[in-house]
Amino acid sequence: MDNNIYVQSSPHIRDDINTRLIMLDVIIALLPATIWGVLRFGMHSLLIIIITVATAIISETLFNLIVKKPNSITDLSCVVTGLILALNMPSEIPLFVPVVGAVFSIIIAKMLFGGLGQNFINPALAGRCFCHISFTALMNNFKSTMSVDVYTSATPLSLLKESKEVNLLDLVFGYIPGTIGEVSAICLLIGAIYLLVKKVIDFKIPLFCLISFVVFIMLFSNKTTNMNYIMGELFGGGLLFAVFFMATDYVTAPITPLGKILYGILIGVLTGIFRLYGKTNENLSYVILILNLFVPLIDSLTIPTAFGRERK
Amino acid sequence: MYTFKHGIHVLDKKELSKDKPIRIVKPSNIMVYPMQQHIGAKAKHCVKVGDRVLLGQIIGTADGFISSNVLSTVSGKVLSIEDRLTILGQKSECIVIENDGKDDAIEGYGIERDYNSLSAEEIIKIIKDAGIVGLGGACFPTHVKLSPKEPQSIDYILVNGAECEPYLTSDYRLMIEETELLIKGLQCILKLFPNAKGIICIEDNKKDAYEKITSSCNNIANIETALMKTKYPQGGERQLIYAITGRKFNVSMLPADVGCIVDNIDTVISIGNAVCKSIPLLRRIMTISGDAFKDYANVSVRLGTNYKDVIDVVDGFKDKPEKIISGGPMMGQAIFTLDLPVSKNSSALILFKKDPIKNLKITNCINCGRCVSACPINLIPTRMLKAAKADNYEEYIKLYGTECINCGSCSYVCPTKQPLTAYFTYMKSAVRDYQKSLKEKEAK
Repeated sequence: MDNNIYVQSSPHIRDDINTRLIMLDVIIALLPATIWGVLRFGMHSLLIIIITVATAIISETLFNLIVKKPNSITDLSCVVTGLILALNMPSEIPLFVPVVGAVFSIIIAKMLFGGLGQNFINPALAGRCFCHISFTALMNNFKSTMSVDVYTSATPLSLLKESKEVNLLDLVFGYIPGTIGEVSAICLLIGAIYLLVKKVIDFKIPLFCLISFVVFIMLFSNKTTNMNYIMGELFGGGLLFAVFFMATDYVTAPITPLGKILYGILIGVLTGIFRLYGKTNENLSYVILILNLFVPLIDSLTIPTAFGRERK
Repeated sequence: MYTFKHGIHVLDKKELSKDKPIRIVKPSNIMVYPMQQHIGAKAKHCVKVGDRVLLGQIIGTADGFISSNVLSTVSGKVLSIEDRLTILGQKSECIVIENDGKDDAIEGYGIERDYNSLSAEEIIKIIKDAGIVGLGGACFPTHVKLSPKEPQSIDYILVNGAECEPYLTSDYRLMIEETELLIKGLQCILKLFPNAKGIICIEDNKKDAYEKITSSCNNIANIETALMKTKYPQGGERQLIYAITGRKFNVSMLPADVGCIVDNIDTVISIGNAVCKSIPLLRRIMTISGDAFKDYANVSVRLGTNYKDVIDVVDGFKDKPEKIISGGPMMGQAIFTLDLPVSKNSSALILFKKDPIKNLKITNCINCGRCVSACPINLIPTRMLKAAKADNYEEYIKLYGTECINCGSCSYVCPTKQPLTAYFTYMKSAVRDYQKSLKEKEAK
C-alpha cells in the first residue's frame, strides 16, 4: 500500500474556484447589457458581438499555435475581452473595425506580453482606443437606423456640454445613443450587483471612483446643484460600464486595499478633468489606460502593514 | 461574537466524526518512542537495552532548557535503541519497547491530588515531569511556556478550543466528554498566574460544547467562555489573541509579551490529569477521518502505538488511500507510510482515496486579490510569491513575508492554484539563513 501515495506541501485541499468560473461570472454579468443592446440596436449589433468574440478566440488560438503554447482559450478570458470590446462599439460600425480591434487587443495588448495575467494594460480598452484613434469618425458615429427617438446622434454628454437637459429616465433605461453595451444604466447595475454579490469584484474601485467623480464635478463645474447635470454625467458616457467592468479588471488594477481606493479616486478625478476641460466626450477608456500604467507604482506605495507590525 | 480580520470559510466536514465518542485504542505489542517529539533539544535516553520499564516511567529526560521528557506508556522490556522513521519524515533516535500487556505502573500513578495544596513551583515540576507539550501541533514544552519572565504581567490564559481545521473533531469531543478535567486543568494554570483570567474560546459551530462548558464554569470567578465566529484560521495563536483581547503581536514576539498564554484543549486536560490525578501525558486524542476509511472515529491512543494498529479501530480502509495527512488538511503534513509510531506531535489522521491536489493545473496569476483578502496577517501573497520565486530575500522581507504563519488560506482560495504556501515555507528557512549570513558578514 505504500505505493502511489502522494506527498506534497500543505494545504491539502483547495477551493473549487478557477479562472474560467470567474470569467464565466463576468460574462453572465454582461448579459443584461448585451441583450438590451441587441434588442435596441438590432441584428447588426448582434453580428458585431459575435464577430468580435469569434475574432478574439481565433486570434488567441492562432497565436498559441504559432508560438507552440498550450491553448489558453478555455479560461474564457478572451471571450470577456471580445465581449467588452464589442459592447464598446457603436451599433452601426462596419464589421472590419471590431475585427481589427479584437486582433489588436488579443495579440498586441495581451498575448505578446505573456497572456492573461501578464498584460499591463486592459486588452479590451487597448483595442478600443486603437480603433478610436484609427477610425475616429466611425467610432464617434452614434447614428442609429433603429432609433426613432428624439435624440438622433447627440449623446447625453454632448447635450450636457451644450448645457441642455437630458431625459434621465431614458438614461437609466437605455433609450439614448451610445455604444452597444453602455446605454442602459439599469442593465449595467444588475450585472454589477451580480459581480459584487458573488464577490468577483471588490466594491472599492467602483465606489471610490463614482464618489470622487461626483465630488469633483460638483466642485469644479459651476452646476453644483443641477441634479439633472450630475445624474446625466454619472449615467452617461459609459461611466458605469467603465467602473464596474473595465476598471475592476484584476490584472490591470491594484491589488492592495489602499491601492484600490487610490486607483478609484484617481479614475474619478481624471475622468472629471477630461470631461470638464477636455474636447471630446468619450474619453473614459483613455483615463483607465493611463492609470493602468500607474498600477505598479500604486501597488508598491500601498503595501499594507503586516498584522502586529509597526508602520515603518 | 469574537473574530479576527480576513480569513476564509472552509468546508469543514466535521459532521463525519463529530458524534463519535472517544474510543480507546489498544497499544501495540512493539511500542516505539522517538526522542524528538517536541520543539527544542532532543530528549536523552536514560534506559538501557534489556531494562524493564513501567507504565509512566521516564525513559528520555529533557536535555536543555527547551526540551521535554519522554515517558513509557506501557510496561515491558527495552528491545533496542535505534534510528527509526518518525512522523517528522526523518529517521531519528527511538526507544523500542516490547509491551508485556501488564500495564504495571510506577509508584504514585493515579493518586488523586488537590491542586490547591501545591505551590506554583510544584505544579510546574509536575507538568515538566509528565512530559507535557503543546498538543495543538507545535509541541512547545508546556512547562517552559508556563514559566514566563513576569508571571504577574499575564492577564489572560486562553484555552484554544477553536479547532478551525476542517475534519478535526477531537478537541470538540474532549470539551464534551472531559469538561470537568478541562476546567480543573485551567484552574491549575491559573494558580500560576495570580492576575490572570481564564477564557475557554470556542467556535460557534460547536455551540453545544460552549453551552456545556459555560454552565459548568459559571460559578468559578476567574474562568469565562467566549464564542468565536467560525472562520479559518481562528485557532491560530495570533488570530485567537486578537479576536479575544484585541492585542496584536508579530512573529518576533511571544504571546506572553502581550500578557497572554494560549494552550490547546488537550494540553489543558493533560495538565489536569497530571496535577490532579498524577497521570502523566501517556496518550493523545486523534480524529480518524477522510473518505478512504470505512468509518470515522475519535480515538485516545497511547503514545508509541503504531499507526497501523490505530486504523484497525475503524476496520481499515474502504479504498486504498492516495493521500495520508497527519494533522488537519490545511496545515497538516502529508506522510508516505503508516508504519510510524504515534507521538506527541501527531494529531489527526486524514486519509483521502483521491488526492485532491494531485492534478492541479497552475496557470498565470491573474492578480485577483483573493489571497490578499484571505491573508489573516494582512500580507500580499502574490507579490511575496514573485519575490520568493526570484529568491529576492530583501524584497520578501520588505513585503513582511517573514510574518507569514503558513496557514494555507492563500493557497486554498487561489483560482490559478499558485503554490503560495509551499514557497513561503521554503522562504521561511531561506530568509533565516540569509539574515544569519548578513549578521556574520557584519561581524567580520
